[in-house]
Amino acid sequence: MADCFIYDAVRTPRGKGRASGSLHTIAPIDLAKTVLTAVVDRNELDSAVIEDVILGCVEPVKEQGGNIARVAALYAGYDQSVPGMQINRFCASGLVATNYAAARVMSGQSEAVVGGGLESMSRVPMGASRGPWATDPAVASETMFVPQGISADLIATLYGYSRRELDELSARSQDRAALAWKEGRFAKSIVPVKDMNGITVLDHDEHMRPGTTAESLGKLKASFTQLGEQYGFDAIAMQRYPQVERIEHVHHAGNSSGIVDGAAAILLGSKELGERFGLKPRARIKGFASIGSEPTIMLTGPADAARRALKKAGMGVGDIDLWEINEAFAAVVMRFAEDLGLDHDIVNVNGGAIAMGHPLGATGAMILGTLLDELERTGKSTGVAALCVGAGMGTATVIERVEA
Amino acid sequence: MLHYDKDDNGIVTLTLDMPDRSANVWNQASMDAFSDAMEKAAADESCTGIVIASAKKVFLAGADLDALKAMAFGEKNAEALNETVGALSVLLRRLETCGKPVAAAIEGAALGGGFELALACHHRVVGDDPRIQLGMPEAQLGLLPGAGGTQRLPRLIGVQAAMPLLMEGKQVDPAKALQLGMIHAVVPMGETVAAAKKWVAENPTAVQPWDVKGFKVPGGGSDDPKVLNTFMVATAMLNAKTYKNYPAGQAIASCLFEGLRTTLDAGLLVEKRYFLKLLLDPVAGAMIRTMFLSLQDANKLVRRPEGIEKKAPKKLGVLGGGLMGSGIAFVAAKKGIDVVVIDVSEEKAANAVAYATERLDKAIARKRGTEEKKAATLARITPTTDYAALADCDLVIEAVFEDRDVKAAVTRAADKVLGDDALIGSNTSTLPITGLAKASSRPANFIGLHFFSPVEKMPLVEVIVAEQTSDRTLAWALDAVQALGKTPIVVNDSRGFYTSRVFGTYITEGSAMLSEGIAPALIENAGKMSGMPMPPLALADEVGLALMYQVGVQTKKDLGDAAPHNPSQDVLEVLVAQQDRAGKRSKRGFYDYGEAGKALWSGLAEHFPPKAEQPTAQDLIERFLYAQCVEAARCMDAGVVRAVEDADVGAILGWGFAPYTGGPLSYIDRIGAAAFVKRADELAAAYGDRFSPPPLLREMAEEGRGFYA
Repeated sequence: MADCFIYDAVRTPRGKGRASGSLHTIAPIDLAKTVLTAVVDRNELDSAVIEDVILGCVEPVKEQGGNIARVAALYAGYDQSVPGMQINRFCASGLVATNYAAARVMSGQSEAVVGGGLESMSRVPMGASRGPWATDPAVASETMFVPQGISADLIATLYGYSRRELDELSARSQDRAALAWKEGRFAKSIVPVKDMNGITVLDHDEHMRPGTTAESLGKLKASFTQLGEQYGFDAIAMQRYPQVERIEHVHHAGNSSGIVDGAAAILLGSKELGERFGLKPRARIKGFASIGSEPTIMLTGPADAARRALKKAGMGVGDIDLWEINEAFAAVVMRFAEDLGLDHDIVNVNGGAIAMGHPLGATGAMILGTLLDELERTGKSTGVAALCVGAGMGTATVIERVEA
Repeated sequence: MLHYDKDDNGIVTLTLDMPDRSANVWNQASMDAFSDAMEKAAADESCTGIVIASAKKVFLAGADLDALKAMAFGEKNAEALNETVGALSVLLRRLETCGKPVAAAIEGAALGGGFELALACHHRVVGDDPRIQLGMPEAQLGLLPGAGGTQRLPRLIGVQAAMPLLMEGKQVDPAKALQLGMIHAVVPMGETVAAAKKWVAENPTAVQPWDVKGFKVPGGGSDDPKVLNTFMVATAMLNAKTYKNYPAGQAIASCLFEGLRTTLDAGLLVEKRYFLKLLLDPVAGAMIRTMFLSLQDANKLVRRPEGIEKKAPKKLGVLGGGLMGSGIAFVAAKKGIDVVVIDVSEEKAANAVAYATERLDKAIARKRGTEEKKAATLARITPTTDYAALADCDLVIEAVFEDRDVKAAVTRAADKVLGDDALIGSNTSTLPITGLAKASSRPANFIGLHFFSPVEKMPLVEVIVAEQTSDRTLAWALDAVQALGKTPIVVNDSRGFYTSRVFGTYITEGSAMLSEGIAPALIENAGKMSGMPMPPLALADEVGLALMYQVGVQTKKDLGDAAPHNPSQDVLEVLVAQQDRAGKRSKRGFYDYGEAGKALWSGLAEHFPPKAEQPTAQDLIERFLYAQCVEAARCMDAGVVRAVEDADVGAILGWGFAPYTGGPLSYIDRIGAAAFVKRADELAAAYGDRFSPPPLLREMAEEGRGFYA
């Protein structure tokens, strides 16, 4: 099998995912164009060498619909020979797009592929593409559908994570993100979003709330109490987990991921690509995996995905220097670390989606880039990026930094 | 079958009038007759419209349940059934597209297929009588309205309004139906046909709204984002409540979800598929048989001995003004029967009046009663300490403390003043009646009448025939139960009779699980998932742990070493004797009861440490159901219950045994006697003799027969 290298990773800053957010006036395809343009321009690459553009998007309807990857590539001025496709594995879409791009290179079928993702949650809101899972009575009944917030609260209940612990983890995410921005740790990857006249619209993650403490978070009202208690979803969750006497509702806006807009792209290629164009490989893709897990608790998949990806890489949990687990909900991070026996000192060291937000289709590619930047900054070698995924899945990717 | 009358204006009135039935129903014969008449009118060029009316008090009561039952218990061949179901749906679609304006003139109940007929008319006029019931109660039978009901109603009134009516099988009166938009007009009784004819004459080119180009479902179809949310929440709330034990609700929601994004014809096809699915499911047949047909039979007193003249009580005596006595007195007074309530003091006897007053006031507050009715009801209750007041009672019901001596004393006192034909009934829930009858000088007139608490809400009366009870006494006791508006089941005398005996096994099983180290939350959730109305430990708290403990101690005393080991007694020993946790009334039982609600007592884990390997909920559900089924089968084996149907009706009405099963004996039949015996033997080996199937079941297993067939 051929080696696949990451040659570059870029992302937009994350704008608040509402009408007052800075990126709301930027169309989703322009977010994609921003990162697709950057990834070729920064590397002085002829786009014609790129053999595919694979972009993740979770709500691929309306202005994110109709295979936005191909249209974005054309719109970004890529050579017409570059095809594109959009994929959807819910919250892991950006990472899965990257993995599939890597697979193309590792199989020897492509020399260079761009993977990444986008999501303008302010313009195409969560749930816009609907689908039968939550609403088709036959499907929802058969699969015991509950909304993700109920699943997160179920994890906390089942594993005994207190509200205080979750709030402390969340405050830490804010602290770490604030420090990372202060020290410019994301500078290498951030591509400011500009309007059509070249005026910068956003150059930083605007969702962060520096100074947040566990005490200030303690004042927020739990978000999923009504869904759980009045609309029956607690009872559904307990039919799958009958050992639970009652679900503790502990998640709220401050210890869950933020709703934001953003896009990311990663340039993957073979060894020959670097040699041909004088590009320096930054990291090697060691292994990756997606797995399915129990769908009602839904969000406990990433640990098993990481284990499987490590196995493919011929590595163990102890071989990994740094971990990125998407902060969909605080309990997901707690469970992932506990399940794998990780010290929080090497998990999400620069904060995560609780502080900076989770632009659904893009996040996977974003956290992979963040992981790579941090390995380079600290001179460490190995890292895993992982995400929990709707309907009970998990995705993980193992990378190893290439020494200069 | 139906009358065909064409008037001078060319309007054909089809008057439904099925012979030999009190109500019109849909069956093959009535559908054929209706189809012929409709086609005759449709083919008649001089016919200007059709009006559908009924010659009976009921407009049309729905499908013929016997026919439905036969289909449900017939061969479960999907291909074959697919050929037969849906005929009415096709007929009604033809009706609304036959080219003539059609109006329904409704002056009686139009339910199920009856209301579906009305929905397939272009216009619905209903008589102004609040007693007229309109709706589609199929969900309560484990079915769905399969003749277009799930498609036409939401297209008429919107998904949001239609969903609860369909999923819960709700019925409404004409005023409410008009307000909801289910019907077009309410006119005085006797004028519906004229009003319907007038409409038909004025609307010669009537077309259903859904057959007009550009039709939109009011409030949005099922692909509308707002409506989608409704489906998400409705499905969750349904499954939260029913634990997926009742497939009808989801099937109905699915008919709306899938059908309301397309044409009516496509929707009808979807509806037909779901109807067939429900018909193939064992729940519908079980519920139709027990909850409707057997219940109807019990209410018609099929168990009443023949050849004895009917005699409903004109005057009732109640001994004891406690909870049960007061409840019985209240129910009797509401039914227009004079009641004398006897107790040791005027105050205690007057409890019955206070009990009735409280409930009548509540009814008035909810606009379900009037001051006049209250006064009339209360006037029928006479509280006294004087047994002489019982002299002209037809029936005296003893409802005093569960103590043989106390019961004997009041029985003797009543016995002295009663006339020769008067009956004495005992409301004991456990004490054998034959023994209690000994206190009476006329044991042939003595019978057990076991009411359930609260009497005004619980529909069942367990009628217990003692050794010397005469047929006449049984007949008149059944007449009395009927007069009180209750459903009787007839059982023979034994300790715990039928309901108390079987009901107890559910609670016992919960305690046994706890003592085995099964997590209490798992036990409780599994209890709810099994379809029982309450989880077993919470139910034990309601009954009272101290009471159950005392009963256990007494049984042990009575029977000595012969007393069977009751695994719940060990648990009660810890809770009651050691930890002073007496149950809900003392706010301490398996649960702690606080202001914020109840929570399982944290000390349970210390006294009954949960084992590392926990069973699945499915394992526990099976144990709960098997424990009760085996005990019910033992009651059949011992001849405690006289009829299979009574055992099933009594289980569901008496202690809420998982209604989707159709009762414990129906459930055994559903599993099959052989498979049931095999599994029960395995459970007995693992958990104790309480699961050992009785000889009757082994015999049935060998002969390959069931309780019903």
